[in-house]
Amino acid sequence: MSNTDNGYAPHRDDPIYDQLHDSADFTELRRRYRGFVIPATVAFLTWYLLYVVMSNWATGFMDTQLVGNINVALVFGLLQFVTTFLLAWVYSRFSTSKLDPLARKLDDEYAAGRRSDADGGRA
Amino acid sequence: MSSQTLTTVLFLAVVAVTIGITVWASRQTAGAADYYAGGRGFTSFQNGLAIGGDYMSAASFLGISGIIALSGYDGFLYSIGFLVAWLVALLLVAEMLRNAGRFTMADQLAYRMRQKPVRQAAATSTVVVSIFYLLAQMVGAGALVSLLLDVEGDAAKNLTILAVGALMIFYVTVGGMKGTTWVQIVKAFLLMTGSALIVVLVLIKFDFNISDLLGTAASNSGQGQAFLEPGLKYGIDTTSKIDFLSLGLALVLGTAGLPHILIRFYTVPTARDARKSVLWAIALIGTFYLFTLVLGFGAAAMLTDSKYADVAASGGNLASVLLAEEVGGGDGSTGGAVLLAVIAAVAFATILAVVAGLTLASSTSVAHDIYNNVTKQGQATEQQEIKVARIAAFVIGGVAILLAIPAKNLNVAFLVALAFAVAASANLPAIVYNMFWRGFNTRGAVWSIYGGLISSVGLVFFSPVVSGSPTALFTDSDWSYFPLSNPGIISIPLGFFLGWLGSVTSSEPEAAERYTELEVRALTGAGSEKAVQH
Repeated sequence: MSNTDNGYAPHRDDPIYDQLHDSADFTELRRRYRGFVIPATVAFLTWYLLYVVMSNWATGFMDTQLVGNINVALVFGLLQFVTTFLLAWVYSRFSTSKLDPLARKLDDEYAAGRRSDADGGRA
Repeated sequence: MSSQTLTTVLFLAVVAVTIGITVWASRQTAGAADYYAGGRGFTSFQNGLAIGGDYMSAASFLGISGIIALSGYDGFLYSIGFLVAWLVALLLVAEMLRNAGRFTMADQLAYRMRQKPVRQAAATSTVVVSIFYLLAQMVGAGALVSLLLDVEGDAAKNLTILAVGALMIFYVTVGGMKGTTWVQIVKAFLLMTGSALIVVLVLIKFDFNISDLLGTAASNSGQGQAFLEPGLKYGIDTTSKIDFLSLGLALVLGTAGLPHILIRFYTVPTARDARKSVLWAIALIGTFYLFTLVLGFGAAAMLTDSKYADVAASGGNLASVLLAEEVGGGDGSTGGAVLLAVIAAVAFATILAVVAGLTLASSTSVAHDIYNNVTKQGQATEQQEIKVARIAAFVIGGVAILLAIPAKNLNVAFLVALAFAVAASANLPAIVYNMFWRGFNTRGAVWSIYGGLISSVGLVFFSPVVSGSPTALFTDSDWSYFPLSNPGIISIPLGFFLGWLGSVTSSEPEAAERYTELEVRALTGAGSEKAVQH
């Protein structure tokens, strides 16, 4: 746990990490993870900002009444809840089926191949 | 029994139960992983509840339903930012942080950068965010508890602040993460069941006809249809609209950078459990904000004119409490007195759970980042580190009490929004760059953290919430050169920009080299911290 003289934490030179990093499984895991979260983040942030901007600057549209006293603004706001729940659920499904098996496999390879148990990557 | 006596009894019950939990938890706390991370042994459902308990402050329980009761739709706008923000935590932060770090936000930066500068920067921002948030909660508690117990005067407020401060120091120093987590779980349970009960009673009154509820609220509020439309609070002019956009950015990007939320991801055995706990938290928090919608509009629809005036006088904080009394049978009825007391006790538990989480997060960072890894070169024993963490909790709690007492009559509500803005401007850029960008390095991290921190605090210092407006902290003088109360629209892009600029203007091959290991560990969990076996 001690710091080395150059200010970095020690125990960071287990070659197993380089091997895992270069493996096809890891490249695929990273591609799948980033391929999901980056577009998803752009999408939900855009959708949220659209809602905030329209609440501010498109009040005529937002004030349109749909059924009784329920207007577009309320439905738009509730849709933010729906999309948040939905994206969380989709990500959960995606990560369980597409990410976890690869991550588990790589973690097992790490456990089998690491150089020493004593300093197995402590921060 | 009067509702005041009943409320006092229930307050004491909350105190007794939480003290019991804390003492029980202290017997199961041995090493640093127990004290800081509850042994990493909580289930994802327990942690999901605790995240909810940590996150849903009195500001959201009483505050948002209060804004809805007084300003209608615009309060809802607020809660949506608080909810959508959890997607940032779910997709970009929770799992990788669990895999890469140990106890604090700084751990995952220090994984590949120079320990001292990044830990100092991250600890500074952690303590600043926590103190701001803590101060807002404590001052709020002083006003709120005197309101709920119906006692007047400065002495009552001082006593409340002192009592809340002493309790939070007790939970954290004695119970550590395990005690704090259980306090948060109990609070989340009370909050959800208590507010669900009121919501159902309100909906029964309106035969589950939402349109009817909204219509009655709109006409009772005296605002008509405008009450159901965006703009009553934030849509006054272009400045207030940009201000709200700026707030919306800070809310949605700040949540995943709040230190007391981040450390919760370390309390479960694996990254998969961290993900599942965020899923539970999203379900819980989303449901809760739907409840606040009914509570707020319900208060506007059902309260009599004089009670509605009381809500307005309290800045909205009394909306849920007086609504509980109303649906229980009204002023003077037994049912009303019971429900009022229950909701007041829930609000009290809410305050306690949040301040405990904040004190724990900041004292952990002081002990683990500053004491051990900066001054002791990582050589301190676990027992020494825990001892320092307990002392730090005392000091931070003491500072919060000493600041809250003179500030008790000041308008410090802006500090909550500021805490989110600092978290979004200083912490989030560093976390996201560190996980996704090989080229990020020590200078980038230090620049983005200090740059985001200084710019957000600085802009607020020169904003109308600090001086120059009737609701400002200092009403007598005016140095409000920055027109917005929320700095996020400037400080968040600045934090990201400085992180990039610092990184591309310095060369640090070690940081890039170690990214290989960080990335493998973050994505696969290879070598991550395991749960403590008792």
